[in-house]
Amino acid sequence: MSNKIKHVGNARHWPGLLLATVFFFAYVYLPIVILIALSFNENRTVTVWTSFSFDWYKMAFQNRDIINAAGNSLLIATVASTTATVIATLAAVRMSVDNFKGKTIFSGLVALPITVPEIVPAVATLMFFASLGITLGLGTVIIAHIAFCIPFAYLPIRARLEGMDPRLVEAATDLYASPVKAFFKVTLPLLLPGILSGMVLAFIISLDDFVTTFFLGGAGSTTLPIYIFSLVKTGVTPEVNAISSLMLLLSISLVSLSLFLGRDQSRK
Amino acid sequence: MAGRLSPIKIRALLIGPAAAVIGIFVVIPLLLMAWISIQGRDYSGGVIWGELSGEAYLRMIFERELDDSLSVNLNYIMIVLRSVWLSLLTTVISLLVGFPTALFMATRTPKWKAILVFMVTLPFWTNLLVRNYAWILLLRDHGAINGTLSWLGIISEPLPLLHTQLAVAIGLTYSFLPFMVLPIYASLEKMDLRLVESAFDLYATRFMTLRRIIIPLAIPGIVAGCILVFVPSLGAYVTPELLGGGKTLMIGNLIGLQFGAARNWPFGAALGILLLALVMISLTFYALKLKKTGGDTK
Repeated sequence: MSNKIKHVGNARHWPGLLLATVFFFAYVYLPIVILIALSFNENRTVTVWTSFSFDWYKMAFQNRDIINAAGNSLLIATVASTTATVIATLAAVRMSVDNFKGKTIFSGLVALPITVPEIVPAVATLMFFASLGITLGLGTVIIAHIAFCIPFAYLPIRARLEGMDPRLVEAATDLYASPVKAFFKVTLPLLLPGILSGMVLAFIISLDDFVTTFFLGGAGSTTLPIYIFSLVKTGVTPEVNAISSLMLLLSISLVSLSLFLGRDQSRK
Repeated sequence: MAGRLSPIKIRALLIGPAAAVIGIFVVIPLLLMAWISIQGRDYSGGVIWGELSGEAYLRMIFERELDDSLSVNLNYIMIVLRSVWLSLLTTVISLLVGFPTALFMATRTPKWKAILVFMVTLPFWTNLLVRNYAWILLLRDHGAINGTLSWLGIISEPLPLLHTQLAVAIGLTYSFLPFMVLPIYASLEKMDLRLVESAFDLYATRFMTLRRIIIPLAIPGIVAGCILVFVPSLGAYVTPELLGGGKTLMIGNLIGLQFGAARNWPFGAALGILLLALVMISLTFYALKLKKTGGDTK
């Protein structure tokens, strides 16, 4: 073979690509792994490894401020994600069958909270509440969280409705089911995995939120991210590693759950 | 038959709540913000309602001296330019790091594709604050990177990594990387591998195939990925707050400051409008680019 240009062959195999991908995942996961490893470090200096210990977790669980912050986080995330999911489900179900003039405007409106950088609606809502003389606290945080949770719940539910066979509902109404009955007997059961998946995602987004809570919170609405931020800003104690690791593990388990729920649905 | 309610009433009942929540707690506050940006400033924190003033916008470029004359002050403009520069840098790094991974993912078997997509998506759903905090542990003077380098004997003094522009760029890339990989993967995933094979059969080199076949097919994904990384980077608050210092302030932090220590609502509101305008320009650019490349929006 005297051919100077060699046939390069396999389309699936590219030199260097595996290496680049390994580098990519190292970049993505190494900081998380190091954080979790250091949370078990017995040493106070945070970044030098000495020996394995659960001390920081024990300390975190005995810290009243952390327990209160965790309680606030769970309360806000639960109320905001369930409310947002109910509101989003109603809208998504109607949007899939309704045709009206302002339909595109509504679609844009729902996506608005995730289109603009979070800092902008956060300070805008701060000025809105302050101008009305409303005291900042748990209430204002929950309202703002409901607003930005709606798109996270709405978009997956809407996507699932698109993939649903409209003939199922038609069949139910042909068999003299009222629209309400058809919704509860046909649409809702089929949609349920999607709704739960959307709700879990909204829950995580609310639980992890920092910016909105930081600007709209007041006395008594300190959440875990706010507490972690204040610790990081004032000087890191290894307790931060412990609560941070717990938050990471919680998000990872919840998102796995959500994706699992979502996957089940798409297989039907 | 069962439809006792008119379609308009059903619409109001079902779509109404979502529209009301976002309308009242997002849209009205944004309109209020636009109004506040042209109001007089109350020095005790707040605004003098009804007193129209362009002072907040003037403040972006000029400083008012004691004798009421204006002098040019480029400090704020520098922060805006730095935000744009850091966001562009983040977008370019994300593209360089993300593209090979997306191509690798797109050429795997379906089972591996699912696993890799899950692995790319997972970090996005974990706490942004915590993920940025993890980088403090790596970048600080006695952190993992400096520790490793000095242990290897490469450096004797710790490198100043934290509180630099580089640290902010690394943190922003880390925060938004999945938004680059997933759209590129989505456009490459649909690619017919036989196109690549026929290019090879026609003696195209790998480089030529990449440039003539693969990259053109990936363009819609690349454009979407760039916008999805650029926009949140531009409005970032957490990353520059944790990994940056006084010299790496971005627009988001400058806005935040106006509602804390600086107590200047109209200026904060005007900066918010500026940030929104920059986001709108980027999105318009994206829409135009999309039209040009003929990519489908779905």
